[in-house]
Amino acid sequence: MSVKQIQAREAALEQSGVETPLYAPRQKIYPQNVAGRFRNIKWAILFLTLGVYYFLPFARWDRGLDAPSQAVLVDLEHRRFYFFFIEIWPQEFYYLTGLLIIAALTLFLMNAVAGRLWCGYLCPQTVWTDLFLWIERLTEGDRRERMQNADKPWNLESFARATLKHWGWLMIAWWTGGAWVLYFTDAPTLVYELATFSAPFTAYLWILILTVTTYFFAGHMREQVCTYMCPWPRIQAALTDEWALNVTYRYDRGEPRGSVKKAAVLRTAGKPAGDCVDCNQCFNVCPTGVDIRDGLQIDCIQCGLCIDACDSVMTKIGRPTGLIGYDTDIIVKRRQECKPELPVKMVRARTILYAGLIAVIGVVMLYALVTRSSISLSILHDRNPLFVRLSDGSIRNAYTLRVANKYGGAREFSIRLDRFDAAHLEVVGAQKGPDGWPVIKVGPDQTLESRILVSIAADSHPPRSQDIRFILKDLAGGESAVAKDHFISSDEKHD
Amino acid sequence: MSSTNPNVKMVDSHTGTATTGHEWDGIQELNTPLPRWWLVILYATIVWSVGYVFVYPAIPMISSFTQGMFGWSSRGDVASELNALKALRGPMVSALGGASLADIERDPKLLTFARAQGKAAFGDNCAPCHGAGGGGSKGFANLNDDDWLWGGKAEDIQQTIAFGIRSGHPKGREGSMPAFGRDGILKSAEVSQVADFVRSLSGLSTEASFDKAAGAKIFEENCAACHGSDGKGNVETGAPNLTDKIWLWSSDKATIVEGLTNGRGNVMPAWVDRLDDTTIKALTVYVHTLGGGK
Repeated sequence: MSVKQIQAREAALEQSGVETPLYAPRQKIYPQNVAGRFRNIKWAILFLTLGVYYFLPFARWDRGLDAPSQAVLVDLEHRRFYFFFIEIWPQEFYYLTGLLIIAALTLFLMNAVAGRLWCGYLCPQTVWTDLFLWIERLTEGDRRERMQNADKPWNLESFARATLKHWGWLMIAWWTGGAWVLYFTDAPTLVYELATFSAPFTAYLWILILTVTTYFFAGHMREQVCTYMCPWPRIQAALTDEWALNVTYRYDRGEPRGSVKKAAVLRTAGKPAGDCVDCNQCFNVCPTGVDIRDGLQIDCIQCGLCIDACDSVMTKIGRPTGLIGYDTDIIVKRRQECKPELPVKMVRARTILYAGLIAVIGVVMLYALVTRSSISLSILHDRNPLFVRLSDGSIRNAYTLRVANKYGGAREFSIRLDRFDAAHLEVVGAQKGPDGWPVIKVGPDQTLESRILVSIAADSHPPRSQDIRFILKDLAGGESAVAKDHFISSDEKHD
Repeated sequence: MSSTNPNVKMVDSHTGTATTGHEWDGIQELNTPLPRWWLVILYATIVWSVGYVFVYPAIPMISSFTQGMFGWSSRGDVASELNALKALRGPMVSALGGASLADIERDPKLLTFARAQGKAAFGDNCAPCHGAGGGGSKGFANLNDDDWLWGGKAEDIQQTIAFGIRSGHPKGREGSMPAFGRDGILKSAEVSQVADFVRSLSGLSTEASFDKAAGAKIFEENCAACHGSDGKGNVETGAPNLTDKIWLWSSDKATIVEGLTNGRGNVMPAWVDRLDDTTIKALTVYVHTLGGGK
């Protein structure tokens, strides 16, 4: 039911003095099959997105013996995220933040350009619902047949068809959950374990959860998820402006609506007649049960199927297509008022802003990703004691050094100090290199914690606290990392 | 409250629902029956609780409680988790037990494990006196420096931890500073002279009345036996080196006089009977690598 209808009913109820019920039962929708340009686009997107989702876990990527060979893997156990050539450690999760910001801005940009592109074509709720509707048509027939059978009592055939439909839905839902868990561990191994009932309990649990949610959301809830549960229709309504393209009924061309015969009579009499023949095809194919001719409304996910339906009717009756199409209300209104045609304003402040922000964040992230170090170095000064006086009066500070080697092979690093010479530095358990600086070895894709002692002579009159820099240098590759800390020499606040 | 007869069923005129008959400021509470599903769940939980009583520990007795059919206890859960942790650490712990102290410090993996185990054991057992990071305090040795009264090699440290100092254990380290003043061995003027002499050994200031020759004579006759003629101390008796910059009790004269007068001899306990060998080994490695080891 559209917003207009609800408002009309509420007004009628108010007048009649009967209190409005607090909720209305769902009106079942029987979307009719339709062929056309937008239907084909939607099929293509469906195949592409579901194909990627269902089969991506099986893609392989060689990372050597010490790392998993799955192209896309969220390795929760070892706290790593692999995406083809990229390996993300937990402390680098800001890349995901950046990706989410880009995703949000892309959503805004799509909305500024052509309204609910996301809802109509890309949203998983839409894609899976589309697939489930296809199953429903295969098993229980198209709109007319399903509507006719809805009120009839059950018989063997309708029961068999319904069983087949729910079985098909459950199979897809089950595969949806099955593909989900494959992203979290080696896919072929898990498939084998699942088949032999030796997989971890969590895997079965997640498959169950996603099977149930997919089955209910795409099979039973459908447009209610979009209309009542999803916040995006509300957010996008607040974000949009009058220049965003929307699936629009061109009432300047369509009205007054009437049958083909009536229109022909009017036209021969030289009177105005609209192209809309009031065939209701746009309403019949709508997956959310909206009549697009009532204008922009919150239930409409702008999937474009009404465009296909209307175009095929217009072709049949020999009128030009495009009675429903991507347009803006401003342009349609000007056309109706017979003012000069306005071009679509794609380049506007907000589209420039969104596109610019996406480009800037994308470039920053790409730069960070390309130039990121494969070493991470952190240093922690001992808290107790802050410094130690040695028997010859010299002063020593101790630090805990943590080195992460984000590389698939073992590496040797030398540890150096600036402003202090090699004799002042000792790494517990490490050998000294040929140049006198200590050398530590860190295994492939591992971290190493070392205890570091730095001392300075008693007669050097050091300040209470001075800066110290630890420089870690890869002996083979030359890559280096720097960590800063302090060297503390006295308890006193003033020197 | 308005007067209400409990036998008359009050009905709310607006909703047609019976009320409880209670009224506050003109508002009456509707007597809405509980939903059936709610009651079903209530009865189901009652049935469930009966089974629960038999399966789990439930009823307190005079000196114990009913144990339940499967003998489950939360303490048992903790024990099994601890055992699982022990089993997990097992290979590393046995590797630690089998390796020599020198081996451990050469192997980065064993060293990291030993230091982690040692740090935990240090926090539990040693930190109350030596401080959380082994920084020590007056009278309790700083374990981060390079001055070791009883030797700073890993083996020396292991022996000190295991058997203690003046701990009463037969293998404990023995030797204490006598109470020269209290026992009448030195007069108070002599104590002052020798205290100034001790300060002069490490280049600290002395009082105007200080006679170096007299102080040196007293030192030679009374102190040199343990601390050595040069004052450099002796790890066999735990006599500190008096020429360095590290003072266990403080370098000011009053503290030195106090030590000379009343003697010194505080105790490090023997841990051999309280901690297992592997823990003592891990503690040794931890203390040795704090920075003070020799």
